[in-house]
Amino acid sequence: MTQMAIAKALNESLRKALESDPKVLVMGEDVGKLGGVFRITDGLQKDFGEGRVIDTPLAESGIVGTAIGLALRGYRPVVEIQFDGFVFPAYDQIVTQLAKMHARALGKVKLPVVIRIPYAGGIGAVEHHSESPEALFAHVPGLKVITPSNASDAYWMLQQAIECDDPVIFLEPKRRYWDKGEVDTSALPGSPHQAVVAQQGTDLTLAAYGPMVKVCLEAAAAAANEGRSLEVVDLRSLSPIDFDTLQASVEKTGRLVVVHEAPVFYGSGAEIAARITERCFYHLEAPVLRVGGFHAPYPPARLEEEYLPGLDRVLDAVDRALAF
Amino acid sequence: MSVKSTAAGGPPAKSRGRTTRAAGAKRRGTEPELVQLLTPEGERVEHGEYSIDLTPDELRGLYRDMVLTRRFDAEAITLQRQGELGLWASLLGQEAAQIGSGRATRPDDYVFPTYREHGVAWTRDVDPLNLLGMFRGVNHGGWDPNENNFHLYTIVIGSQTLHATGYAMGVAKDGADSAVIAYFGDGASSQGDVAEAFTFAAVYNAPVVFFCQNNQWAISEPTEKQSRVPIYQRAAGFGFPGVRVDGNDVLAVLAVTRAALEHARSGQGPMLVEAFTYRMGAHTTTDDPTRYRADEEREQWEGKDPIARLKAYLDKQGLADEAFYAAIDQESDALAKRVRDGVRTMESPDTMAIFENVYADGHALVDEERAQFAEYLASFEDTATAGASGEGH
Repeated sequence: MTQMAIAKALNESLRKALESDPKVLVMGEDVGKLGGVFRITDGLQKDFGEGRVIDTPLAESGIVGTAIGLALRGYRPVVEIQFDGFVFPAYDQIVTQLAKMHARALGKVKLPVVIRIPYAGGIGAVEHHSESPEALFAHVPGLKVITPSNASDAYWMLQQAIECDDPVIFLEPKRRYWDKGEVDTSALPGSPHQAVVAQQGTDLTLAAYGPMVKVCLEAAAAAANEGRSLEVVDLRSLSPIDFDTLQASVEKTGRLVVVHEAPVFYGSGAEIAARITERCFYHLEAPVLRVGGFHAPYPPARLEEEYLPGLDRVLDAVDRALAF
Repeated sequence: MSVKSTAAGGPPAKSRGRTTRAAGAKRRGTEPELVQLLTPEGERVEHGEYSIDLTPDELRGLYRDMVLTRRFDAEAITLQRQGELGLWASLLGQEAAQIGSGRATRPDDYVFPTYREHGVAWTRDVDPLNLLGMFRGVNHGGWDPNENNFHLYTIVIGSQTLHATGYAMGVAKDGADSAVIAYFGDGASSQGDVAEAFTFAAVYNAPVVFFCQNNQWAISEPTEKQSRVPIYQRAAGFGFPGVRVDGNDVLAVLAVTRAALEHARSGQGPMLVEAFTYRMGAHTTTDDPTRYRADEEREQWEGKDPIARLKAYLDKQGLADEAFYAAIDQESDALAKRVRDGVRTMESPDTMAIFENVYADGHALVDEERAQFAEYLASFEDTATAGASGEGH
């Protein structure tokens, strides 16, 4: 058991993958000497060489497109997109090519490509550096979308993404990069697509993932002070979503609030609300509520604290749900 | 020939002699020079950089390839008109560009086609019926790309040039001496992905040949709507050689593509070949070229027909007799019949195939939806059974 930050856990995870499989490649902008703008690939090029940790031209479509070609040749590329807002030049290659190729080849080729994207806000960045595009990927058949909320999941889920024979969008909550946690590098992990109950409770379920898990855990602690018992489910995976775990929680609590940074409209919360309503109709004591971003561009940094769902907005939704 | 000397970078004005010719910067009037080894009249001519020496069997083989490919293409158009195919993208007029370049590849080379490379597929021994599946609507491709090192057809313009480049980067990492060839068209040359493929291939010195069939038309848009410079000249800006070849001259295409593939194999990196050709037919069977181009233009290109040209040469050289042509005709008829019968008996996939191969490692939602849909479909069977048993209201 080692204490490490999420960033370090990701770095160790990549190192282990590079060590254990010669077909694993790391590629992206500034991932070499610099170690990436968030230093996730720090030291990897020095130890594994320019042939395996590849600084690419600044062309995201080119990065993903060539990663597809490398995968067809038998490699397992782990692509870094520098920031969430920079993924869209590659969106065509991801959606039109990467996601569909296994199906259109009737399973005769595999596309084990991982696309790592530091996502979401909270770091006081300029435009295009704080976005939450998860629904835009989860909506695409052929892709898997996962996102860790803690160091242990960061370490293990990245390993599992690299071992997966399908394309995986791996979303890294960038404002949590420096949060520390225990990582057991010898324990056998469960499925990356399984949700976990991060906090047991009886009155209401908070469903979250990535950067919002911490906010929800804080909300549960604050609510406990007022005598309310909130359960927090860390979804971990957005495609597929482990609805069984969530259903079990909601059947117990009777209430669900889904929390994410992404705009609420057409967001993952909408899908979760619909499915849980269908599965738990007779258990629900209140409509499923959602807390998230607004239907507006991500605001300038001076406004992001107001924009991002925080403790108070989550607790406000909890109050409303409990008032039904 | 030496493509090494053409490693570009500087402006054409500074180039001289051999480099200038290979890079094609020397102009005749407004049209740049193109590599030609067989004139439209079937006269064999020499070129300073590119040469070829084929046996009579090889020459007859190229003729056979082109005739059979054209016949297959014609059959596919007919099948579309008869409602057996939903769509067909004809290669009529581009037989030399495709057969010449395809025959330049080795079995271990890898081909990334667009959706019109029926002639290249032929040279890679891909069963023509495989190509028809997607046009009949029974699959989206479906053949095993690794069986003949011939990737699936790619419909979104230019995307495959990046896949080819990545694949070539992998070939280089493996230390293999294979080469990769990426097909694309004049329209695709405007795509960002093609520019990015050029950049990546140049930066990593990837063993890839970019083979552009400039057939003059991107549906209704002429090449002038894509570029102010001849397409092959774009390579210079990326730092690798580009050459324009007479795309209706199968000998020149074969010679130039062989050289380009050898250039790639020998560690000299990418090369761009622009095969100057003409799309004699419509873009696809849904297109009507009379709305945007003049008959005279097509008639002019008919005089440069790739098959007639090689036939003229074979005849002049006494390399083929009536028996040879009769045998090819017979083979064409047999191919056409096989294609017709094969398409007409091609089975539609099972409904549940919708859920197959979405993922390699499975996905809970797909499993759930598959089960629900199967149950839904089964409910109709129950109804049918109930009706048959005479229980009504």
